[in-house]
Amino acid sequence: MKDKYKIIEHEYDVVVVGAGGAGLRATFGMAEKGLKTACISKVFPTRSHTVAAQGGISAALGNNGEDDWRWHMYDTVKGSDWLGDQDAIEYMCREAIPAVLELEHYGVPFSRNPDGKIYQRAFGGMTTHFGEGTAQRTCAAADVTGHAILHTLYQQALKHEAEFFIEYVVLDLIMEEGVCRGVLAWCLDDGSLHAFKAHTVVLATGGYGRCYFSSTSAHTVTGDGSAMVLRAGLPLQDMEFIQFHPTGIYGVGCLITEGVRGEGGYLTNSEGERFMERYAPHAKDLASRDVVSRAITMEVNAGRGVGDNKDCAFLHIEHLDPELIHERLPGISETARVFAGVDVTKEPIPIIPTVHYNMGGIPTNYKAEVVTLKDGNPDAVIPGLMAIGEGACVSVHGANRLGSNSLLDIVVFGRAAAIRCAELIKPGTAHKPLAEGAYDAALARFEKIRNAEGSLKVSEVRLNMQHTMQNHAAVFRTADILAKGEKEIAKVRDSFTGIKISDRSLIWNTDLVEALELDNLLDLSLVTMGAAANRTESRGGHARDDFPERDDKQWLKHSLLWIENNKVKIDYRPVHMYTLTDDVEMIPPKKRVY
Amino acid sequence: MVEFTLPKNSKVQKGKHFPAAKGVTRIKRVEVYRWDPDTDENPRIDSYEIDLDQCGAKVLDLIIKIKDEIDSTLTFRRSCREGVCGSCSMNVNGKNTLVCIKPISDIKGTVKIFPLPHMDVVKDLVADMTHFYAQYSSIKPWIKTQTPAPADSERLQGVEERKQLDGLYECVLCACCSTSCPSYWWNSERYLGPAVLLQAYRWINDSRDENTGERLDELEDPFKLYRCHTIMNCTDTCPKGLNPAKAIAEIKKMLLVRQEG
Repeated sequence: MKDKYKIIEHEYDVVVVGAGGAGLRATFGMAEKGLKTACISKVFPTRSHTVAAQGGISAALGNNGEDDWRWHMYDTVKGSDWLGDQDAIEYMCREAIPAVLELEHYGVPFSRNPDGKIYQRAFGGMTTHFGEGTAQRTCAAADVTGHAILHTLYQQALKHEAEFFIEYVVLDLIMEEGVCRGVLAWCLDDGSLHAFKAHTVVLATGGYGRCYFSSTSAHTVTGDGSAMVLRAGLPLQDMEFIQFHPTGIYGVGCLITEGVRGEGGYLTNSEGERFMERYAPHAKDLASRDVVSRAITMEVNAGRGVGDNKDCAFLHIEHLDPELIHERLPGISETARVFAGVDVTKEPIPIIPTVHYNMGGIPTNYKAEVVTLKDGNPDAVIPGLMAIGEGACVSVHGANRLGSNSLLDIVVFGRAAAIRCAELIKPGTAHKPLAEGAYDAALARFEKIRNAEGSLKVSEVRLNMQHTMQNHAAVFRTADILAKGEKEIAKVRDSFTGIKISDRSLIWNTDLVEALELDNLLDLSLVTMGAAANRTESRGGHARDDFPERDDKQWLKHSLLWIENNKVKIDYRPVHMYTLTDDVEMIPPKKRVY
Repeated sequence: MVEFTLPKNSKVQKGKHFPAAKGVTRIKRVEVYRWDPDTDENPRIDSYEIDLDQCGAKVLDLIIKIKDEIDSTLTFRRSCREGVCGSCSMNVNGKNTLVCIKPISDIKGTVKIFPLPHMDVVKDLVADMTHFYAQYSSIKPWIKTQTPAPADSERLQGVEERKQLDGLYECVLCACCSTSCPSYWWNSERYLGPAVLLQAYRWINDSRDENTGERLDELEDPFKLYRCHTIMNCTDTCPKGLNPAKAIAEIKKMLLVRQEG
């Protein structure tokens, strides 16, 4: 097999896969520390999905009212429905303050207060005094904060002369005896194959929202790194927890930021009622995302939806000062105009809960090292492998992520990965030769899909998968629906062997790229459905009609999911119910009310 | 008299036609530029008849429908599908745009889709962006200061100072403007083009940056900056509604003021 393709070999201290916010922060962090680093991305860095983040990045700077990182930590633990690891959450919330200041120093064009400091807005689930007041903690660059941060991080990478391999598709990890030794990648521009040897591979490949029919995710959000981890025989964690963003534009799924509600926007049903007052009397429209998404779904199910099919809700900002809308919400005003035909200064936006974020992913510790359950040790580190960003499950978001904690997650753990690599790797350390046949499995998969001669279109199988996930693993779930979903998704996954690839070229063969991505998505769908069927409780983003309560006795634990012989294998890791330092106390579980 | 002929492989040929199924009432004809780097064949225009009742509202929806249902070899870049990532810049009926936010209903008659003009084509609608990106890094698009940043706080920037960045920092680097500029077509080797100059101005205009003099020095060049002849195609075509022509004019003005000073 190796003879058929000429493979160009490269040696680096570190290889980062993915050039979104996490990947870029890690990449120039490594370069800064003198590590020879390559960043491989299937898209040019500023096309990565970080660019679509709108509302902002959380940090207890206290610029727009009193704040404390311990309150931020409390909110994040509560938001996670106690499934988050508290040592990692402490690390993230404490590091948030220097991380955001660092971003400002890099040149991020944050919006400003009259005193010249960074402007901070209110966001869902963000409170002061451990749930008492409303915090303004989310640092914003108008409503295009992700764009502002991603471009700035790319600029910093240019400054540090980081090495990029752009429009390269990473096919698989190269694993040897439980150690990650590098990756195999395919260059779209000229069709060549490349083996990157590395002392550490950092997966920063993002989420997998495209499993679903309706998602705020870009087309490229296909969880490639997470699927590589599954193929390497390693587990993913907490895959049942999928965040539905309350306000995706009806019909097209484009995101309308929670910052809209942070600036005073609110939701109504067909009776014109501000229904969130019933579901979350205290936080109202600024309750946590899982709570608001369930509320909208319940209103629609009760026949109080709006629109021709009575299946969505209205989001209003027409009462706000047009000047404020222009200054702080210009991006969503444009998006609403282009995709919903709505002038937000005059009429409400029709919205519906839309798949938005994966809390689950590749299990790691707070140093970004990938961990697994091995010989009874739930924190066994996989040498040579790290994961950061949405693709990772540290877990700082537990069962439900708070808005503006993901931009934070990517920069804090991107930086943490660089710090850890600098501790572990001496720059320029020699590489051992790879074992004979190190690429065989990866090449065999590539070759098989490339030459697929079946009858099914890639788009057809993808659509079947997306409908199955949408219908069987939605906002509300039951044993019956999930059991059918498990059968259905296994069938769709099996059908992948019957696909046909029409483009035979190796140059920019996006027919093949989409097939490889679909293969990844199918594995991720399978474990997501399996995990959802397995967890018989309701927690955060995982809501079971048949088990409406959280069950800490049985389920205060992370799910671990492997694929073995085309079946999902499940085991568990304990949640870290301890903090990193004595500066803050562990927050014990209690009922989650907003 | 001198006779000019175009290179043999630049002649675009008629390609395949894919008619709509019978009974379709709302048909849109779509013509797409195709070129396969693996063959010696000339580029061709394939045409498709698309059922608008079974298609989304934007030009990207047409292209995806063709790839998904008719011809999966059609090659193009796309990602966010909401106008923020800048991947899907193409030329539609003579004007550069992001196809994900371009309504089909804007186009009367046949939709004609081409790669960005005057760029090397890698395959079908994929243009080679390498030189454009290299020009972007050449202006050192990162903050440069002599004063160290405060240890425990942000640099301060007034609301009015921050407003100076509006209309500049939102650029998505789609290259629609640069590749619509005749001056860039002629001199792209040395003229930086509107997109890159807009970004140069973004840093010149940032109150936190302390490198204005050097940035202006770098641009004071007959080609890098002064190949802009205020044709204004850039501003006319920008899918994000930005105004690169104005930014270029501002840079020229600053250089003039500096000379006089």
